[in-house]
Formats: sequence, structure tokens, C-alpha cells
Amino acid sequence: MMWSWIGSNGPLIWQLTWENAKLGVLSAVYGLVVSLPLGIIAARWRWFYPPVLTVINILYAIPSLALFIALIPSFGLTSTTVIITLTVFSLCVILPNVVAGVRGVPPAVTQAATAMGYGPLRRLVAVELPLAVPVILAGLRVATVASISLASVGQLIGVSSLGYLFIDGLQRSFPTEIYVGLVLVIALALVCDLILVAIRRALTPWEARPERKRARLRPGGWSEAVS
Amino acid sequence: MSFFNWAWDWVTTDANWHGSGSIPQQLVAHLGYSALPLLIAALIGIPVGVAIGHTGRAAVAVVNIANAWRAIPTLGLLVLLAVYLGFSPLTWLLPLVVLAIPPILVNAYEGVAGVDPSIKDAARGMGMTPWQQVARVEVPNAMPLILVGLRTAAIFVVATATIAAYIGLGGLGRFIIDGLASDQYGPVAGGALLVVLLAVAVLALFAVLSRLLVPAGLRGQRRPE
Repeated sequence: MMWSWIGSNGPLIWQLTWENAKLGVLSAVYGLVVSLPLGIIAARWRWFYPPVLTVINILYAIPSLALFIALIPSFGLTSTTVIITLTVFSLCVILPNVVAGVRGVPPAVTQAATAMGYGPLRRLVAVELPLAVPVILAGLRVATVASISLASVGQLIGVSSLGYLFIDGLQRSFPTEIYVGLVLVIALALVCDLILVAIRRALTPWEARPERKRARLRPGGWSEAVS
Repeated sequence: MSFFNWAWDWVTTDANWHGSGSIPQQLVAHLGYSALPLLIAALIGIPVGVAIGHTGRAAVAVVNIANAWRAIPTLGLLVLLAVYLGFSPLTWLLPLVVLAIPPILVNAYEGVAGVDPSIKDAARGMGMTPWQQVARVEVPNAMPLILVGLRTAAIFVVATATIAAYIGLGGLGRFIIDGLASDQYGPVAGGALLVVLLAVAVLALFAVLSRLLVPAGLRGQRRPE
């Protein structure tokens, strides 16, 4: 390790971290924005879900580098290309959780809401979605962490992120730079994850200590956005 | 021209199918580079995951490993090893194996730990030894999730082997990395298309495997939600 390199390259490191954070967080947020309506529709009309799930499984299997490349003719070597790709992967993680979350609301609760005179829309916004928050946010956490980590691959098509430290470190055979990149990507992912946990706690004050339950990673097993 | 035009033109160019570094050669290389780490990871991940699921020990550690796994940028790990080891088999094999283990292990654990307790009790009540309980009851019941884990790991390995072309590995990623380096979009698009087709083939393979390996009594069941 050459600690002095870190001190003398502070602005560069800071800028790359910021760019990496922007790519990852924006993609996860866009993924959530697209997943919510689609997931709510899939939870309501059951026939809609199986075909969506098939498409998701296929999209999920596509390596990110291949998807970047497929988007280059339309969007060029820009951050848009990277964000669209990572949004697609985020969607694949979040959407099943939206469906599981909304479907997982106990029937007694929805019936009570109906009996109190809630219409379908108000019931959805005021009762079902709040109760689905823990499951939806679990998906958002996975998507955020994976997007932040995957954003570094965008450097291969020239989109700036902490991946720059990997590429540059390899070309100069300079491990310090690579270590800094690795540590910062992981730290960035961890910080965003902790922020999301705090958000979940704020949104669901009725869940006393939810993380004490036996950790189930994802409904139906654990699959993963790929590099 | 769109991505598919570029990719199609390149893939259907006859010259790309012959000689050294041709499409068939790199495809076979890619399969080899993917199969070996996957096999090693399965030989480690499945027994350990099943053991943890059966005994219930170290479950918290497993979940934490799974969460940390997502945050590790594979490109960074690959270049770090490349700087230290140069281009040796360990450079690409080590990260692929290490990173393919978590999905396999965690799903094997989840599968075995999630077997209906009444089924486990019935197996014990029938006088099965612990080994028989694991081999005849718990593993077959966990098979759907074990396959999900293997599929996730396989998809991950195929994708990462593509990126490993950047540090000099052969395979389909060569077309992409070399094409990017020489500003030729044809091989880049063609290579990407082949990688996508390979990923879809992996999905299809696992769909077939689950028909073959999942016990008839578990098939056609809704996935637990």
C-alpha cells in the first residue's frame, strides 16, 4: 500500500465515488419506480405475472457487459447506457418483491379496510403498500448494493465510476489504486444499505425488531444480478 | 445500424467461424472456463450448505456472507489478482470459484432448512438414520432451491468469464474486449449476442435439469412465497 497516493488523489477519488454512487442509486430508484406499478398490476391480475416472471428471468441472465453493448447504438458510451442496464437488473430484483409484498398482506386486513369503507385505490395506498414496505425495501436493498457494485463494469465501455481505479491500477500495475477502489465500492454499498435500513425503520414503526426474524433472503430462493 | 444488425452481420460472416480464435473455439473455451469453477464451487457449496441447513449451525454467518457477496465488484477482484499473479490459471479461477460458492451454499442451506418439519419428523419416525434423513428426504425436498443456486452461480460465472477477457482470459469475452480496444463494433456486438445466447442456453439447461432432478411430488407446485 502506498498511503500517500490516496492523499494526493483525494479529489479524483471523491469524484469517482460520487459518480459511482449516482449510477448505482439512480438505477435502483428507477428500478423501484418501474417495479411498483408493474408489481401492483401483477399482484392484482394473476395471469399477468407468469409471463412477466419469464421475461425477468431471461433479462436477469444477461451479462451486464452484453447489455451495455446492446444499448451503445442507441445511447452511446454514456452513463445513460449504464443506468438503463442497471435499472433493468434492479427491476428484476425489486418486482418479485413488490408482488410478494402486496400478495402477502393478510386477507383479514384487506377485508377490514374494505369494511371500513376504503375504496380499492385508498386501500392500496393506505393499507396494502405500507404493509408491503419491508418486503419491497428488502428488494430495493439488494438492487442498490448490486447496482453500486456492477456500475464499476461500466468503466469497460468508458463510463466513469470507481471502476476507473481498477482499470488504471491494472494498467499501471499499482495495487494501492485497486485496493482503494475495492474498499470504496464495498463501503459505498454498505452505507447505502444502512440508509435503506433506517428508511425501512422510519416507514414501518410497527415492526418492532424485524431483522430478528430468521433471515429469508428472497421469496423462492436467492438469485442474483450478475456481473 | 442497430445492435442486432451489427451482431448478425458479424456472426454470419463465414471467416469468423474458422481458424484460431474463431467463434467455435472461443465458445468451447468459454464453456470450459465456466464449467470448471462451477464444478469446484458446487463440490464445496452444496455439502457445506446442506450441513448448515441440517444442523442449523452458523446460519447467521451464512446470511451475512450472502449480503456481503453482492457488494464485491468482480472486476476489481480480477484485476487485483492479475496485478499480483500475472496471468495464471489462479487469477481467473480463484475469484470465479470464491464468488460462485455463496449462491450455491446459501440456496442449499435455505432449501434444507426450509423443509417442512413434519416431513423431517416423519423421516425420523420411520427409523431413518441421520444420513438417510439427509440423503433421502432433506436433499430431494431441497432440490428446487439447490438448482436455483446452481443456476444463479452458472449465470454469474458465464458473465464474469466474459469480463475476465479484460485480464487476458480466452472465451467469448475476447471478441468484446478486443473489439472495444480496436473500435470495431461488429465483433463487440457479435460477442455480446453470443454471450446472451449462452446465458439463455444455461437457463434452458437448468429448466431441463429441474424436470429431471426434482422429485415428481414437488413438481408443478407453486413456489413458496
